[in-house]
Amino acid sequence: MAKFTGTESYVATEDLKLAVNAAVALERPLLIKGEPGTGKTILAQEVAAALGRPLIPWHIKSTTTAQPGLYEYDAVSRLRDSQLGDAKVNDIGNYIVRGKLWEAFEAEQTPVLLIDEIDKADIEFPNDLLLELDRMEFYVYETRQTIRAKQRPVILITSNNEKELPDAFLRRCFFHYIQFPDRQTMERIVEVHFPGIKHALVHEALSVFYEVRDTPGLKKKPSTSELLDWLKLLMVEDVTPEVLRERDPGKLIPPLHGALLKNEQDVHLFERLAFLNRRERR
Amino acid sequence: MFIDFFLALRAARIPVSLTEFLMLQEAVAAGLAEFDVERFYYLARATLVKDERHIDRFDRVFGTCFKGIEGPEAEADGTPSVELPEEWLRKLAEKHLTEEEKAQIAALGGWDKLMETLRQRLAEQQGRHQGGSKWVGTAGTSPFGAYGYNPEGVRIGQETSRNRRAVKVWDKREFKNLDGDVELGTRGMKVALRRLRRFAREGAATELDLPGTIGSTAQNAGWLDLRFVPERHNSVKVLLCLDIGGSMDDHVRLCEELFSAARTEFKHLEQFYFHNCVYDALWRDARMRRTDRVPLDQVLNTYGSSYKLILVGDASMSPYELVQPGGGVDHWNAEPGAATLGRLIATYPKAAWLNPLPERYWGGTQSVGMVHQLMEGRMFPLTLDGLDRAMRTLMT
Repeated sequence: MAKFTGTESYVATEDLKLAVNAAVALERPLLIKGEPGTGKTILAQEVAAALGRPLIPWHIKSTTTAQPGLYEYDAVSRLRDSQLGDAKVNDIGNYIVRGKLWEAFEAEQTPVLLIDEIDKADIEFPNDLLLELDRMEFYVYETRQTIRAKQRPVILITSNNEKELPDAFLRRCFFHYIQFPDRQTMERIVEVHFPGIKHALVHEALSVFYEVRDTPGLKKKPSTSELLDWLKLLMVEDVTPEVLRERDPGKLIPPLHGALLKNEQDVHLFERLAFLNRRERR
Repeated sequence: MFIDFFLALRAARIPVSLTEFLMLQEAVAAGLAEFDVERFYYLARATLVKDERHIDRFDRVFGTCFKGIEGPEAEADGTPSVELPEEWLRKLAEKHLTEEEKAQIAALGGWDKLMETLRQRLAEQQGRHQGGSKWVGTAGTSPFGAYGYNPEGVRIGQETSRNRRAVKVWDKREFKNLDGDVELGTRGMKVALRRLRRFAREGAATELDLPGTIGSTAQNAGWLDLRFVPERHNSVKVLLCLDIGGSMDDHVRLCEELFSAARTEFKHLEQFYFHNCVYDALWRDARMRRTDRVPLDQVLNTYGSSYKLILVGDASMSPYELVQPGGGVDHWNAEPGAATLGRLIATYPKAAWLNPLPERYWGGTQSVGMVHQLMEGRMFPLTLDGLDRAMRTLMT
């Protein structure tokens, strides 16, 4: 069986690879948690690409319920068709709209199903999917048929920890918490995204980045995706490593900080702390 | 297989179930661990732990079960744990050894021997130690301690691995900050707020469910079929009493901020202050001036029993303040604190006490136990977990 070992554009740590492979081998869902911007959603795309399978994303919103993921009965258009005297109306099957899970179950080639940000939905949402994810089958009441998965799809679920997930649901999943990458891993990630980037620039940029991250009391700590954006900006603007290293008292805050610090309170806080630091160093 | 490990996890209050345990067996049987202890660790973690708050506890249990050493805090089994004073191990200097020097340092023997010797040394040694090659301390070449070099060393109290030796993944304890039992901090604040919101959004009225009505009308072949859904409605009324004027002020402030941040979610939030224990009056203002003093009877009459009472304080005081009339620290009280608390509990059946003091220190102060008893066991630590339990008690 194909194993997930990371891809050219995604650096996976040892424990993440193992969790993915376990989920693939035992055909159980894998629940991924972690700080925003550590690559939870990207992971699904990369897994699909690495295993050579199609990806079916299902993005959850606060109003999403379990039913539309299975199927929807479009009663309104059936009513309209019946008033227009359409012959289609006799077969209720014409008005059953397939959901993402149905699509995944019936796919010709075993797909990777991504249930993105499951914690956004109502607290009962995961409970409503218990049987469907466990047995990989469900019953369509309108047409009295049972839909069974041809092959069990690989299911990846991401969560941002906004709501607790029910125990019964957790028991059926593998779990992985994406740690914020340390410096070595981060260097590899940067290398993967910007091959051939100047080593000195990365070194200086990472120093600044981790310094910003270590600022106590930030509302939103910059994450991997923000670092990558910032590096891209630095490259486009052709900022040299020397500029990053030089700590000109007039410029307290790193160049193009807008990519790293996303609200003005954080910018003020960082400026104040940087100012205090400088004064101490003198 | 691994049944002891499973039981140890349960003993450490990690909610593992049989399903998960069987899943691990299945995964091992499928050859996913590949006879490698690190891979087995990752596999067990992905299978058995479902919440990052538990990973740190898991790491400790794993370390104990698969290495035969006792956990850092030697909990249940009663073995005395050695608390290492922090400043004692603080890094003062760093020692740089040459390659030959490294080679010269003799390895002491196997792991068991090392741990056994460590235990002996810790028992023998009295003070802080630095340098040298025998005692436990920093920057030396003894196998025990930090910031030094010995190829077979046991690292104690060092934050990062310097020579990248001797340390197992699970011993790094990278998930320490995510444990749910740590005190509320800035990170916990957001999550705690969400819990409170959930607590506030209860109660049911009804409102017209427009999409539902359209759907069911269509299914009814055009006959109007009205549907209603319970409205999300804030009906919770909270009476919050905060202990102010003591060592726990910071924590009490935190709690106050927490509740006022969730204020809009409650129907009413009434806030009062007291000092150490509730006596015959409460204060509207944290400065507790004589003028804004509200007699307790007035509070009990104004806010009916439908209010939920939340008391916040460390409950640490002289036992006399609880049982003696006139024992209060600020003014003469005719009724002992215990009786006043009793009246409060009688008026508000839904009550909870949040204590910023970590739960493991509660046994150390007599009055904490007494208040705990007076609250009929409804005292909770001011942690995410405790807050959760408190809210659950208030709701049922």
